[in-house]
Amino acid sequence: MDLQFTDAENSFRNELRHWLAGVIPTLPGEPHRDDWVGRRDYDTMWQRTLFEAGYAGINWPKEYGGLGATPTEHLIFLEETERARAPYVGQNFVGLLHAGPTLITEASPEQKAFHLPAILKGEHIWCQGFSEPGAGSDLASLSCRAIRDGDDYVISGQKIWTSFGHTADYCEMLVRTDPDVPKHRGISWLILPMGQPGMDVRPLRTMEGSTEFCEVFFDEVRVPVANRVGAENDGWRVAMVTLSFERGTAFVSEMLQSMELARDLAQLAKRITRNGASAWDDAGLRRDIGRICAELDALWALTKRNISQAQRTGLVGPGGNVFKLAYAELRSKLGELAMHLLDRASLSIDDVGQLPTHAHVHGRIHALSLGIAAGTSQVQRNIVAERILGLPKDR
Amino acid sequence: MDFELNDDERSLQEGIRSFLTGRCPIEVVRANEETGGALDRTLWRELADVGVFSLRTDGFGMTESVLAFEELGRSLVAGPLVASHLAASVVAGAGDGSRIVGLLEPAEPVTMVEHLASLDDLIVLRNDGIFVVEPSGVIGVLAERPLDALTPITRLDDVPDGQRIGDAAMALQWRRDGMVLTAGLQLGLCLASIDLAKTYAMQREQFGRPIGSFQAVKHMLADMLTKAEVTRAAVYAAAVNIDGRGDSSDLMQTARMAKLLAGDSALFCGKTCIQVHGGMGFTWEVDAQRYWKRACVLDTHFGNSDEHAAAFSAAL
Ligand SMILES: Cc1cc2nc3c(=O)[nH]c(=O)nc-3n(C[C@H](O)[C@H](O)[C@H](O)COP(=O)(O)OP(=O)(O)OC[C@H]3O[C@@H](n4cnc5c(N)ncnc54)[C@H](O)[C@@H]3O)c2cc1C
Repeated sequence: MDLQFTDAENSFRNELRHWLAGVIPTLPGEPHRDDWVGRRDYDTMWQRTLFEAGYAGINWPKEYGGLGATPTEHLIFLEETERARAPYVGQNFVGLLHAGPTLITEASPEQKAFHLPAILKGEHIWCQGFSEPGAGSDLASLSCRAIRDGDDYVISGQKIWTSFGHTADYCEMLVRTDPDVPKHRGISWLILPMGQPGMDVRPLRTMEGSTEFCEVFFDEVRVPVANRVGAENDGWRVAMVTLSFERGTAFVSEMLQSMELARDLAQLAKRITRNGASAWDDAGLRRDIGRICAELDALWALTKRNISQAQRTGLVGPGGNVFKLAYAELRSKLGELAMHLLDRASLSIDDVGQLPTHAHVHGRIHALSLGIAAGTSQVQRNIVAERILGLPKDR
Repeated sequence: MDFELNDDERSLQEGIRSFLTGRCPIEVVRANEETGGALDRTLWRELADVGVFSLRTDGFGMTESVLAFEELGRSLVAGPLVASHLAASVVAGAGDGSRIVGLLEPAEPVTMVEHLASLDDLIVLRNDGIFVVEPSGVIGVLAERPLDALTPITRLDDVPDGQRIGDAAMALQWRRDGMVLTAGLQLGLCLASIDLAKTYAMQREQFGRPIGSFQAVKHMLADMLTKAEVTRAAVYAAAVNIDGRGDSSDLMQTARMAKLLAGDSALFCGKTCIQVHGGMGFTWEVDAQRYWKRACVLDTHFGNSDEHAAAFSAAL
């Protein structure tokens, strides 16, 4: 076991750091967090900048215009961009990390030639239309229907929780193409151009009041059969391909932020007073912060184990589910502690009285979504128990 | 960076594991309860022969040592394993197992020493240095009912002075290394508790099906595994750091992280293993109680997890 980086990894880091030091000061100011169109422009501008410097598609194979970097180099990339306070992947997320990798393994040469360069250059934003009102944890029970009509599919039904649905150009979409077979066997994976006649995209307000996701209604929307990826009714397998692309790096940026936030919390406790004394005088509070910081450091070590495993075998393995489960819980604990420390200052989502309220309250709210999005914590536990420990299925 | 076991590390760990499963299966460990937890000198020497005490004086690192201690914890091997390992570099006979070396840390409200009757040398680990004492001269009261039947425990009225064998800096380093080795044992306890709970969950039937098919039981096991895997990463990282192949220069802080995580997780896995067993979990017969009790013992070694949480925050 070796946690030190090789010479090659270090020189990759140094070159990247050098480039970031030059480019970050030239970037325009960030748009307001609820300005979704402005954010789209900002995120795609950053993607274009990465593309021109040769850093786009860091984890994509070289033959598709990516950098073909190892999982460890991907880790280094995320560490350095975080350190330089570079923009995040933002709205490019689905294209770069979900749809793109799926297209690379499953799409036709024509589909690849059209879509992959556009994702890399920041020309197209993608969203993911998987979940439905009736199909969440039990995703395979989805019912949004696509009926074949000549060279088109005609789609009717509804999707929900579609992040960036109101700003995306394309949607990776799962539809029901055969309702008469077992649920996993009648699903197809489609490339849906957004903004078609018959589509209605309605932003949903999150509990924080922002509109990061939407519900999307389909009333006889026509999509060419040529937009299907993979065989008809083989969409479930195609969708699962995306999952196998995860290399343990999904939460690296977040982890680094959380570790910093937890350490900031210690500093905050040192300058806040409580009953006339420093909040930091409270031994119980110090112990709680110490434990959370240590646990975050342990999760950082687990991140590196997962990445190392992916580097060796191409798969993250059990560590991925374990990580998500532990991280969602720990992030919540950190947020709860911060809100207790801030006490009534935490009743404002924005900063008040020179206190970094927003970072902590927003972080706490965000933590609530970590146990829900991309497989709830209960579903993760089922997976750990059944697939890793081999306990009997309850179905 | 490659934070996976390499081939040498893997085969070393497998070697220790196969020695232990052959030489001290759980039946042998349990049988030791009949002798009041007196240590078996033959076994002690055999442990020395496979390198348990001398790994680091033989040129291996903390990484290999922790992998070995993980197996010792998994097999519930009793005795001053960490103390004898730490002493190998300074006390003659500790490394080859010819002398059993124990260790005590003066504590409040009482100072307790383990396995006193089996010891050849007793180390006193204080902040200002390391001292060695002749155990036969140490006066104390043996607890009639030790919490862990495999860990006899004696209360001391006075902490003996002893002969200095190390300074304050060395004491600090022993404490740090002791934390990481103990965390290795605790990681092993987690893994053994999970194995036991899983086996029972597959066998035991209620309402016409294995209890392991109930989601509430599954989720208990998933939580155990989650804690164990996070702990494993923490313990290995602390060991690799000590060997100079790490990502942090604060070796004490990463050692604390490991001990804290391992302490909490071993207690959690032990108690959850008992819960998964229902009434059987509360019996003497089932080993779940043994894992939990050993977790209680080890949590008190080199500072319990609450102390480390407080100490960790002091460096923030
Ligand atoms: C911020 C955010 C962004 C999202 N973005 C997208 C997106 O871009 N595209 C997309 O397609 N989806 C997206 N989702 C949807 C997300 O994947 C689903 O919310 C998630 O899979 C859970 O489904 P559900 O909401 O229907 O909850 P349900 O499945 O109804 O779950 C409700 C409760 O029941 C529990 N439960 C359900 N089944 C089981 C079971 N078998 N065992 C035990 N407990 C169970 C759950 O754990 C949960 O506590 C997003 C969600 C969030 C919160």
